[in-house]
Amino acid sequence: MKDLLSAADLSKQQIIDILDLAHEMSDVNEREIKKLPTLRGKTVVNLFFEDSTRTRISFELAAKRLSADVINFAAKGSSVSKGESLKDTAQTLEAMGADAIVLRHGSSGSAHRLAHSGWVQSAVINAGDGSHEHPTQALLDAMTIRQALVQEPIGTDLSGMKVLIVGDISHSRVARSNLILLRGLGATVATCGPATLVPRCLEPNGGIFYSLDKAIDDFAPDAVLMLRIQSERMEASFFPTEREYSRVWGMNAERLSRLTDSAIVLHPGPMNRGLEIDAASADSSKSRILDQVHNGVAVRMAVLFHLLAGDKGKKQ
Amino acid sequence: MNFILQNALDTKGNPVEVVVEGGRVVSSRSDGINHELVDCSGLHVLPGFVDLHTHLREPGFENSETIRTGSMSAAAGGFTAVHAMANTFPVADTAGVVEQVLRIGKEVGLVHVQPIGAVTVGLAGEQLAELAAMHDSAARVRIFSDDGNCVHDPLLMRRALEYVKGFGGTVAQHAQDPRLTKNAQMNEGELSSRLGLAGWPALAEESIIARDIMLTELTESRLHVCHVSTRRSVELIREAKSRGISVTAEVTAHHLLLTEDLAESYDPLYKVNPPLRTSDDALALREALVDGTIDVIATDHAPHPKESKDTDWASAAFGMVGLEFAYSVAQQVLIDSGTSNLERLAEVMSTAAAKISGLEGQGNYLLPGYPANLTLVDLGQAWVAEATTYSKSTNNPYQGSEFKGRVVHTIFNGEFSMRDQKVRGADTYV
Repeated sequence: MKDLLSAADLSKQQIIDILDLAHEMSDVNEREIKKLPTLRGKTVVNLFFEDSTRTRISFELAAKRLSADVINFAAKGSSVSKGESLKDTAQTLEAMGADAIVLRHGSSGSAHRLAHSGWVQSAVINAGDGSHEHPTQALLDAMTIRQALVQEPIGTDLSGMKVLIVGDISHSRVARSNLILLRGLGATVATCGPATLVPRCLEPNGGIFYSLDKAIDDFAPDAVLMLRIQSERMEASFFPTEREYSRVWGMNAERLSRLTDSAIVLHPGPMNRGLEIDAASADSSKSRILDQVHNGVAVRMAVLFHLLAGDKGKKQ
Repeated sequence: MNFILQNALDTKGNPVEVVVEGGRVVSSRSDGINHELVDCSGLHVLPGFVDLHTHLREPGFENSETIRTGSMSAAAGGFTAVHAMANTFPVADTAGVVEQVLRIGKEVGLVHVQPIGAVTVGLAGEQLAELAAMHDSAARVRIFSDDGNCVHDPLLMRRALEYVKGFGGTVAQHAQDPRLTKNAQMNEGELSSRLGLAGWPALAEESIIARDIMLTELTESRLHVCHVSTRRSVELIREAKSRGISVTAEVTAHHLLLTEDLAESYDPLYKVNPPLRTSDDALALREALVDGTIDVIATDHAPHPKESKDTDWASAAFGMVGLEFAYSVAQQVLIDSGTSNLERLAEVMSTAAAKISGLEGQGNYLLPGYPANLTLVDLGQAWVAEATTYSKSTNNPYQGSEFKGRVVHTIFNGEFSMRDQKVRGADTYV
């Protein structure tokens, strides 16, 4: 494996291997000296054309814990805002010695394009491309679900697990990667949201629900993944008001109480408290949102390790 | 130049000898004139091709194409007439601009460059351009189009259809509801959902075609539908024709041959407007071409500089070059498939387009007394498309594709604009 562009790039065994390795890596984060020498001498570039402080910091920390050199390149206020293309920016950074490029870009397929157009030789990690995919987010979600709900997590998949993804499925890269990756691990995945934001053609194996109440009652999910609602969706008439969205599709204390005892709630962050999730749910004992953040670093360490350790990384 | 094409076959497959004197086809050779004898063994002679939809980019976007490079590409593709779309800079919305395009086309002299005039000022869709002035100009504009943009305001479209009736004009519509295609990137469907690319729904085309057909019926005017791309669009046009409404339609070579799954590569080479559709749509388009619902194959030749395509998908420009591949695609779709014949190919590549446009010197085939605008093709020649063509741009979706059948000679007004697959003057042009 040279790049990580889509959750579909990973076989079931590769996913389990990454999750297992991430499990080990998360132990490093508990140590007094949180560092491994594995990627010493490698250079990882975080190339972010969109603002995403959380994802960027998570990758940065992951690379640093593996002793790689890290460069952060944020497009805003840089040459990119003066019209420089993805190609030129990536080639410039590679000329400075990048071994891996972690790319966040607003355009779907940009990571695929960077990896396959012959522009660069570096490993490319997709850290979110438009409305397409965000594979490391799906990995960290899978890790969090497995950790919380599976007795002996190492080496196991998610067969029998029911995961409900709620919100703007149409525009969500998190949803797309999770639909592929969680299903690849044997889980049953259902989607839920207003019909304007749930594409019929992305048919999940657990079905589509247009009411969160019905989904909770009929599907009885083991894990509920609440997606962030972007304010521009409301402006584009996908739903009438925030109040209505929150009333019909928001996670709240009442809905939380109807989930099964062991069920957990996830959110990729940053949360709109009071919109897709209320404070009581976000801070409840069912919430695994901070575990997700913690596991994010571990999963990204595992991915960087898989792509860059040894002679991997740059193509000949 | 006086010459005789010998040993060629006509569209029916019968041997034919074509005598050309003083730029015109004549019924028999005149005495006292030296004729060059051109051996055309194995070649079929067709009427010179006429493209109703070409972007020559000049004036304004000469980094993509010029009238000269576009004319060379046209000659190489067997075209003896092309219709230059109006979305130049300045826009071809005045008599001055269309006359300039006509004049440069004549200076180049490889193909008849027939300007198309904009329907609205600056293609802005707000106010009618001076359509009569363009028609009355030296360019004799008869087809008007805001191509690239849709004349989406129904009142303005009605006015345009009514207005051009006065001088027998035609409105060529780029059917695309702008609200339903905001930021659209590719055909809407399962694949666009999976790829996370914003969808361009088929109905954004179909709803405009349905409306325009009704407006055309109301105004008793003439409508031409550009680049029809969906099955339902075909059905709408078929029904309109059966009711006697004056509507004609074109399909591009790429919509006949290529389908949406090419977008999986995220390579903007396959980004085009309207987008590549499903294989079912392509099948419907092929059937419509055979049964006459669709009148012509057009190229929508849309050159773009490399930097406009060497990007991520969403940042890239829409469009692909096509002049040098249209014939080979037409042969594949109509002849090699066994669904039609060379006579129909001659109609869809030449005579029907000449008729829609009212071009007197084009599409006359072997009628004595008319200008010799002829194309000779080799149905058997196998070839592989290269990225580079005579066009200035390389946004060529066919690069690496294998084709059967190719244009060998193109004769424009009695002169070889391309001979033995070499365009006249290409050596000296830098």
